[in-house]
Amino acid sequence: MKILVAVKRVADPDNLNKIKLSAQGKVDTTGLEPKASPYDDYALETALRLTENGTNTKARLGEVVVVTFGPKEAEQMLRAMLGTGADRAIRIDATDDVLDGDLVARGLKGIVDKEKPDLVLLGYQQAESESNEVGQMLAEYLGWPQATFAGRITTTDDKVLLVERETDGATAHVKVTLPAVVTVIDKIVKPKSVQSKHTPTTHNYADGVRFAALMAIMAAKKKPLAEQKLADLAPDATLKVRYANAELPPKRAAGVKVKDVKELVTKLKTEAKVV
Amino acid sequence: MAGTLVIAELEGGKSRSTTFSAIAFAKQVGGSFAILAIGPGAANAAKDLAGFGAAKVIAVDDPAVKDYVVERFAPTVAKIVKDGGFDTVAVTASSFGKDLAPRLAAKLGAGYAPDINAVTVDGGKRLYRRPTYAGNALSWLEIATPIQIVSVRQTEFPAATASGGASPVETGAYAGPDAAASQVEFVKVEVGKSERPDLGEARVVVSGGRSLKEQFKQVLEPLADALGAAVGASRAACDAGYAAPELQVGQTGRTVAPQLYVAVGISGAIQHIAGMKGSKVIVAINKDPDAPIFQISDYGLVQDLFVAVPELVKELKAQS
Ligand SMILES: Cc1cc2nc3c(=O)[nH]c(=O)nc-3n(C[C@H](O)[C@H](O)[C@H](O)COP(=O)(O)OP(=O)(O)OC[C@H]3O[C@@H](n4cnc5c(N)ncnc54)[C@H](O)[C@@H]3O)c2cc1C
Ligand SMILES: Nc1ncnc2c1ncn2[C@@H]1O[C@H](COP(=O)(O)O)[C@@H](O)[C@H]1O
Repeated sequence: MKILVAVKRVADPDNLNKIKLSAQGKVDTTGLEPKASPYDDYALETALRLTENGTNTKARLGEVVVVTFGPKEAEQMLRAMLGTGADRAIRIDATDDVLDGDLVARGLKGIVDKEKPDLVLLGYQQAESESNEVGQMLAEYLGWPQATFAGRITTTDDKVLLVERETDGATAHVKVTLPAVVTVIDKIVKPKSVQSKHTPTTHNYADGVRFAALMAIMAAKKKPLAEQKLADLAPDATLKVRYANAELPPKRAAGVKVKDVKELVTKLKTEAKVV
Repeated sequence: MAGTLVIAELEGGKSRSTTFSAIAFAKQVGGSFAILAIGPGAANAAKDLAGFGAAKVIAVDDPAVKDYVVERFAPTVAKIVKDGGFDTVAVTASSFGKDLAPRLAAKLGAGYAPDINAVTVDGGKRLYRRPTYAGNALSWLEIATPIQIVSVRQTEFPAATASGGASPVETGAYAGPDAAASQVEFVKVEVGKSERPDLGEARVVVSGGRSLKEQFKQVLEPLADALGAAVGASRAACDAGYAAPELQVGQTGRTVAPQLYVAVGISGAIQHIAGMKGSKVIVAINKDPDAPIFQISDYGLVQDLFVAVPELVKELKAQS
């Protein structure tokens, strides 16, 4: 199977409560370490699990290509992903302010038309804009089926995926014939969430994503990392949405500490009047 | 007819409450609006939806839309938008709406504002506000296309109530599937069953963290019973298998904004807070006085939860 994984570089998702507003009213993430958006890390882990025998992860039984729309500095993230196991990387030179989700989707279609992967994996949403849109738009532009909110993927033939979609309070099971677009949520990296014909069904993955070994990081320096122009992929750079200013939400002030359960109940009854 | 088309979210032949928030959005932006009910039981749901002041309610029921598969739903929705000349489409900011809307936007060449929590008109331009950066920023955006699509957050758009009157109900035609539908086979849907109120709708939510271990239910259920609450959980509690996966509250889980949220043994990671900080009153019980959850709690109790929660259940009964 050949898999394309779309990854977005974002400010440290665990510390987004430290963002500020610039004088121009834009979100300022200075000081936060850039990282791959977490669900995109999960998408890469999913792609690796689908293209290997889990008991011998050195041999890649397929091809995994990672792609990002980002500035030169985003290559560091791509290199790290090559170290983790991706075979090739593509960077489309762009900054966030010239993009919207729709343009990323149209650009990705350009890549798919050239690369012809069997499957495109994406995070269900990225950590900054949290738009949850690129995968679905890409599927429409490609005329491919989409399976969003994937928490589990099983395939016995590398042609049809049984996807368990986690929707509000329910799990929808769908069978999707490739080529297709799948977006993943956090549950996809649990020990038994990805099952392919290459890995014995008894195999348990470690919970979460794998980390690159030092040797692999060194070796990854030799793996191909190509650059492409956005204009070659999506000639029309018109944006459909424009972000104006942002504001910081009102901070929730820390309230009081109560000394015991009795005081808590009294306060909930007489002060907050919620019970 | 310019105006807004609201896409109802149906479940078991009825509108989910998320639909009434999307209607509230349509009423707020003004102008005329219509409602589309698509799926099994649409005709029945349309009867109830006729009481909300819509210019009309369109019902599409067809064997092809028996189960929700976007490749079978989206072309019909797109056709109704185009034929009706709607300039705005409002869907629910739930898994249903968020799966459908971006595909619809791409189909219609429309801009999409996901997960909006406010709308204003500024000099004739409509601006939408939405939480970003795990709820740590509120971003305003503008859509530059003739058709605008939004998904409406239930937590900030209080449900519209039926205003009486009876909108005409039309039967809409099924417009056929996307070609890609031939690659999709719906297998089944498993609904997490619970006697309790739905997390998205409950007035009170009691959530537990990983520290509850195997005693998650045993400790939390009596408290939830005493408060008439829905039960939620942190991701760590769900991942460890102490709580059912559908109980997860937070960035990847449900977004809740009840009158009262009780966080029991939850540290308060930003991904958890993103899903519950809109709650009116927050109570935290945690044995670590420095747990981040206390920074956003109205009432904090520093105590071992295994002592505090049973005592709380008793005290609630005593003081009632
Ligand atoms: C991409 C991504 C998405 C995520 N999405 C979500 C999400 O949707 N929802 C979510 O919740 N998390 C999410 N997380 C995980 C999040 O970062 C935290 O790891 C998680 O919320 C922690 O859960 P917890 O508070 O139960 O556990 P811990 O962080 O381990 O905290 C346990 C708490 O219990 C307290 N405690 C222990 N014993 C007792 C006792 N006897 N009495 C009283 N207090 C006690 C401790 O002091 C501590 O504060 C996400 C993470 C990532 C990376
Ligand atoms: N600039 C980008 N470069 C590469 N992939 C992206 C970019 N923006 C979004 N994506 C992909 O689309 C997914 C959903 O993002 P979004 O719809 O913007 O929330 C992300 O998790 C990525 O997989």
